[in-house]
Amino acid sequence: MEKRVVFKNRVLPYILVAPQIVVTVLFFIWPASQALVQSFLQEDAFGTASAFVWFDNFADLFAGAEYLDSFRVTLTFSSAVAGAALSVALLLAVMADRALRSATVYKTLIIWPYAVAPVVAGVLWFFLFNPTVGMLAFFMKKAGLDWNHTLNGTQAMTLVIIAAAWREISYNFLFFLAGLQAIPHSFIEAAAIDGAGPWRRFWTIVFPLLSPTMFFLIVVNIVYAFFDTFGVIHAITRGGPNYATNILVYKVFNDGFINLDLGGSAAQSVMLMIVVITLTVVQFRFIERKVHY
Amino acid sequence: MMVEHRPVLTFVTHATLILGALVLAFPIYVTFVASTHTLEVVTKSFPLLPGSHLVENYLRALTVGPRDVGATVGTMMLNSLIMALGITFGKISISLLAAFAIVYFRFRLRIVFFWMIFITLMLPVEVRILPTYKVAADLKLLNSYPGLIFPLIASATATFLFRQFFMTVPDELCEAHRIDGGGPMRFFFDILLPMSRTSIAALFVILFIYGWNQYLWPLLITSDQQYYTLLIGIKRMLDVGEGQAEWQIIMASTILAMLPPVLVVIFMQKQFVRGMTETEK
Repeated sequence: MEKRVVFKNRVLPYILVAPQIVVTVLFFIWPASQALVQSFLQEDAFGTASAFVWFDNFADLFAGAEYLDSFRVTLTFSSAVAGAALSVALLLAVMADRALRSATVYKTLIIWPYAVAPVVAGVLWFFLFNPTVGMLAFFMKKAGLDWNHTLNGTQAMTLVIIAAAWREISYNFLFFLAGLQAIPHSFIEAAAIDGAGPWRRFWTIVFPLLSPTMFFLIVVNIVYAFFDTFGVIHAITRGGPNYATNILVYKVFNDGFINLDLGGSAAQSVMLMIVVITLTVVQFRFIERKVHY
Repeated sequence: MMVEHRPVLTFVTHATLILGALVLAFPIYVTFVASTHTLEVVTKSFPLLPGSHLVENYLRALTVGPRDVGATVGTMMLNSLIMALGITFGKISISLLAAFAIVYFRFRLRIVFFWMIFITLMLPVEVRILPTYKVAADLKLLNSYPGLIFPLIASATATFLFRQFFMTVPDELCEAHRIDGGGPMRFFFDILLPMSRTSIAALFVILFIYGWNQYLWPLLITSDQQYYTLLIGIKRMLDVGEGQAEWQIIMASTILAMLPPVLVVIFMQKQFVRGMTETEK
């Protein structure tokens, strides 16, 4: 797709794109290429000399159990976040779609948690489940469930999943509701006349028609759980207890900034870039929201 | 939509929605309640109804600041606001200009630039933190407002959105403008910019929330309390080690941290929804 009518000027377009390009090169392309270079280097203990070590940093990553563990934790975390946020949002959206005139009121009541930052979501749920001052932790103890997410890895994972999924429900709800409202009324009516009840209509007509939205949201939710949940982890568990919630993004931060392992952190960055690029390509290919120029 | 009358189902519908809305709001409600009591009450008796220390707690947070952080919530809110607005206006302006160049001019590096911008879509700050930090350090951007803003203002999303919009602007407008002897910048300011109003408003809402909610980047580059954003400050308040966290102040600060983006979503809902759906195209 091209414009037929354009302006003629040799210098102006370069001046216009310059700010965007300067920022992109300085803060995106240069750092990303540095990560790539770093990932093939190893520094000595004093940081004075570095040697080219081919794929040693990557080999180190996959040789140790720690990185694979972090991968496993990330997969559990992201599939649980996506699963929880998608199913709750779908239920609420189907209900809101049925609620007709009051749908807009419910919409307002449901979409606002999206505006809450992941780290703040972390603080909110951390407070509720805090073993010493948390209300929910207190009631669970009374009910006989000993809650302490600072010691119990499964409980820690459950908590970060709830906190991360909580704000994503709003996002999914918005897209599901839009998808539902786009389904032609006549399809549903025709099925109703043929005697299909609401349950049957949902699974045979509505759900299949919603599948593009569903697929799109699955990818978006996984990207969210992989990359935007650093704040949730940092506020609630700091990757613990005993690495039970040490997701990849948290680990790359921890190894780079706290443990100062440059080569290892760079190799992890490169792995993450591969994940993001794969997910982006999948998203563009399957959803046919192709970019034209 | 509803095709037949089923009272039971209608009841279930509303019950589910009300329950859903309540569960979603519950953590915020508890936080608000905690921000209106003394520390003693908050940590000992799990209050469910607001107390009488609202003004006291919020005033203390805003003007004196929480213990061990070294900056008032007032200062940190101002920092968050500067960062959020800086990112918002920065992204919108550089994206408008870049999209204008890519759509309305033919130049040699056009396709190269387009792909360079496209790549940024794929590389969130989370995957390249260490090298980006190094660039910021080399440019002396640590502990500064430009450091909080510039690394986050390159956005492929906004550029694509404006590009998409500019493609739909009828060629006749540009043609007529040229016949009248107008130059490209006049066209940009007098015709294109006013026509982009709704897209700009939608993006403004989305980007303001995005900017206000930034966490990892400010965490990396601010070590001087005077540049803490509110989200960094709240996290610092929690890190008291063996000491007792001042929950009533933390909860008041948390409410203050949520207020601006939540109000924006509620009062500019139309722009918010539009922005959400458009930026995902």
